[in-house]
This record gives sequence, C-alpha cells and structure tokens, in this order.
Amino acid sequence: MTDKKTALYDEHVALGASMTPFGGWLMPLRYTSDLAEHRAVREAAGLFDLSHMGNINVTGPDAAAFLDHALVGYISKVRLMGARYSIICAEDGSVLDDLIVYHKAPGEYSVIANAANAELVLAKLQERTAGFDVVLKDVQAGQALIAVQGPRAVEIMLATAGLVEDAEISGGTAFADLKYYACMGMRFEGEPVLVGRTGYTGEDGFEIWVPAGQAVALWRALLAAGEPLGLVPAGLSARDSLRLEAGMPLYGHELDTTTTPFEAGMGRVVRLDKVSDDGTPVPFVGRDALAARKESAPARVLVGLRGEGRRPARADYDVVLRGTGTEPGTVVGRVTSGAPSPTLGYPIAMAYVTPEVSAEGTELAVDVRGRAEPFVVVPMPFYRRPQN
Amino acid sequence: MADFPENLKYTTEHEWLDGSTPAVIGVTDVAAEALGDVVYLELPEVGAAVEAGAVVGEIESTKSVSELYSPVSGTITEVNTEAVDNPEIVNQDPYGKGWLFKVEVTGTGELLTAAEYAAHTGN
Repeated sequence: MTDKKTALYDEHVALGASMTPFGGWLMPLRYTSDLAEHRAVREAAGLFDLSHMGNINVTGPDAAAFLDHALVGYISKVRLMGARYSIICAEDGSVLDDLIVYHKAPGEYSVIANAANAELVLAKLQERTAGFDVVLKDVQAGQALIAVQGPRAVEIMLATAGLVEDAEISGGTAFADLKYYACMGMRFEGEPVLVGRTGYTGEDGFEIWVPAGQAVALWRALLAAGEPLGLVPAGLSARDSLRLEAGMPLYGHELDTTTTPFEAGMGRVVRLDKVSDDGTPVPFVGRDALAARKESAPARVLVGLRGEGRRPARADYDVVLRGTGTEPGTVVGRVTSGAPSPTLGYPIAMAYVTPEVSAEGTELAVDVRGRAEPFVVVPMPFYRRPQN
Repeated sequence: MADFPENLKYTTEHEWLDGSTPAVIGVTDVAAEALGDVVYLELPEVGAAVEAGAVVGEIESTKSVSELYSPVSGTITEVNTEAVDNPEIVNQDPYGKGWLFKVEVTGTGELLTAAEYAAHTGN
C-alpha cells in the first residue's frame, strides 16, 4: 500500500524534513534535530502537521446518546464547545483506540482518532449506530490539522495574519477566553476553521482544523507569525518525546487490544455511572467486562521509570529485578516507551510491571541489550509545565 | 548537504578514518544525519584488540541504536571521552571534535574513497 500524503507534504519536503511512514501516511519525522524541535516546544513553540489523524463527524438528534453508548466516556455531559479525552473499547473491555471528542455545535461532534486506527474506529462506530438517529461521516480527506504547541502559542495565534474571530461562528467564546480542552470556530482567510485548545505535548497549545485547500496558506501564516517568537516546525520524533515526558499514552505502545483502560491508569475515563435521560444506566459497549475488570486485581500496572544511569530503555525491553552487578534479574515487566528525556536530562520510560513492584521508589532495572541498567519507579507525568 | 573530505577513507557502514598513525576513526555526516541526535556512545576500551568489520561499540540516538564497527584491525590507543560526555558533538562536528576512537593499525578491511563512498550513499 502506498503511504498517503497530507496537504502539507510539499511544505515538509521544502523545509528539508526527513519523511517517514506512520499509520499509513508519509509524515515528517524531523526537520533538523529532534532535540532542538523538542526544546522549542518547551521553551517557545512548535508547529505540527497532524492531518493524518482520523476525523469523523457525528451529527443527529441522538449524537450524544450514541457516543455515550459507543465510547466509555460520559460524552453527553460534555458541554457545548467542550472537548474530552475518551476511549473506544471492544465488548471484552479491550482498548480499540483512544480519541478526543469535540462538541463543536449543538448535536454535532468531531471524533479524532489515531491514524492507524481511523478505519477501524469508523467501522466500529458505524456498527454501533443501530437504533440511534445519527449520521457518521469521515471528513478527514477534506481537512488538514495543524497544531501550534508551546508557551508562546497564544501570542502566535494572535499574530497570525488572516486568522480572525467571528462571533457568528465562534460558538459563544472569545479567543481570549478559550479554555484548555475547549474549542471554538474562527475564520482563516474567510474560511471557517475549528480551533481546539488541546494537544499532545504537555504544553499549552492549539489544534486547528482547516479546509485542505487552505492548509498551506495557514501553515505559512503561522510560521511567519511564529518564527520571530521561536516557533519551529516539529516532527513526529519530537512529538513522541514530548508526549512521553507528559506521561501521555500512545496507542500501540501503552494501549492496545490486550489492555483495558484500567491497567493503563485510565480507569477514570471509564464512566460506569453513565445514565440515560430516563435515569437508567447506559449499557455502553464493553460495560460488563469493564465493570468486572474494575473489581478484580490487575495482573500488571503501567508505571513511570526514571533511569539512574545514562542509557535509555526502549520499547519492548524487559523490566527486571536488580541482580548482582550488570546481570539482569527475574523479568517483572516490559517497557512500552522509552527515551532520553531532553527536558529532564535523564532516561525516562513507561512500562507494564507486576503490581508487587509498582510502588513509587521501587528499585528495578531494564535489560538494555544484555546489561541491567538501574531504573526506579516514579510518578507520572515526568514533566509538568510551569503554571502561571 | 553531505560532505565527504577527500583526505579520508570510508566504509559502507558509514565510518571514516584518516591516514595518521594511529588512525583516527569516526562516523560520517550521512550516519550522523540518519541517526538523529546522538545521546549515548559506547566505545571500546583502550588497549582492546579490534578486528576490521567487527562490532566495537554502540551509537544511540534519541530514536534508535546502531552498532559501531571498526574499519581496521589493530589496538585501541585512545577513545574520545569528550564525545562520550557530550555526544551531541558527533552531530555537530562528525569529522572533527566528534571523532570516536584511535587504532594502531595492523590491517584494514575494504575501504572506499570519498568519491566511492559518495556513490555508495547516493550523494
């Protein structure tokens, strides 16, 4: 299968990006340096092309009730122009994908899924529409998604030529009042765009859905406004190290079909308390399995690990008990994501371990290609942005 | 753009060595570019005997781990401890401050000229 190109592909190539296949798309891995892009997002801002993300429109009188049924979250409680992180599970409670739902108009929602799972999510949602007055539409092809992430994101948005507020389509919010995990309509060069104050970096920032035909113009306008403020284009590599520092899961690593939200520390996302309009519990897909799962002790737990040495752990390496010297001890878990943390200066990792060794401060090791490297269990997130 | 100094010899595994005695060895800017930001270096011990084409260490970047090969046989006389402490100099100056180790050479493997290496890498 040929990897698809986003509306911004030529921009990436012109900027000298190394392109890599990701989730069926050809995406920028890095433009110059992973570390420089990562640091720019923490200190100023980064510009990301996220047009590979799946984008499904859900409309109709039953849209909220349908999403309560199809997802594990309490979507009918998401206020107009609010956004919510949620998960779609199979009947057995396993995670099919994690996603963000935007309540972007009365009776209208956007469901943003991971690129690699976009088709599956659409198919599963479609299956689950039986009995609901709702229409699903895959709107990814006509749209691009551009993210501005970092402490200077607000300034950059305000300085971007052609990006303006319009009370007619804003949904009742002024840009100055847009809250974290909320969205609003704006205009770019006259065309309506959806702006969410959301992201996957641990920083303040915005995600902008723009008609594909306007994507290049918006990308360039954001870069022109942001470059004097330290904005740089940033690739998937920086996006991965940023989300890892922020303790955010990545589907295929921390989440997959062998995992329920509970092992992954996402139990709070599962709303067994959902009730429909008539007050009866919502029998959402996966509910019975998840209710049972919540009552039983987990076989493994997702933890954060901090390296005491300099060698990073990588995905799929064994977590082991500390043995004698550099000899790896008994296997007690597996690393799901790991990297040297550019912000913190030491290796960080997420891993599934047995509950007995999951307490904060537990001294463990990771088998790094035959050598036990010392790691210790620490709370997540590893990095939290300074609050002002 | 890729840069291959004429005075160096190269390997298909993207190492370079110079003609001095002992020979200074490093990785090319093609390797440095492909690796991404280098964050950890595992270099051989001084005094170790190495064989041309054999794995002598590891180069780890933000995203991947690669094996480091010796282009020559001989004895390690020095390793670049500054590069071990500040691995980013491998990206910044792969043919200069970012050198990796020195070998008292007793034999060589297959080596390429700058032009041959450029052809090999498609540059």
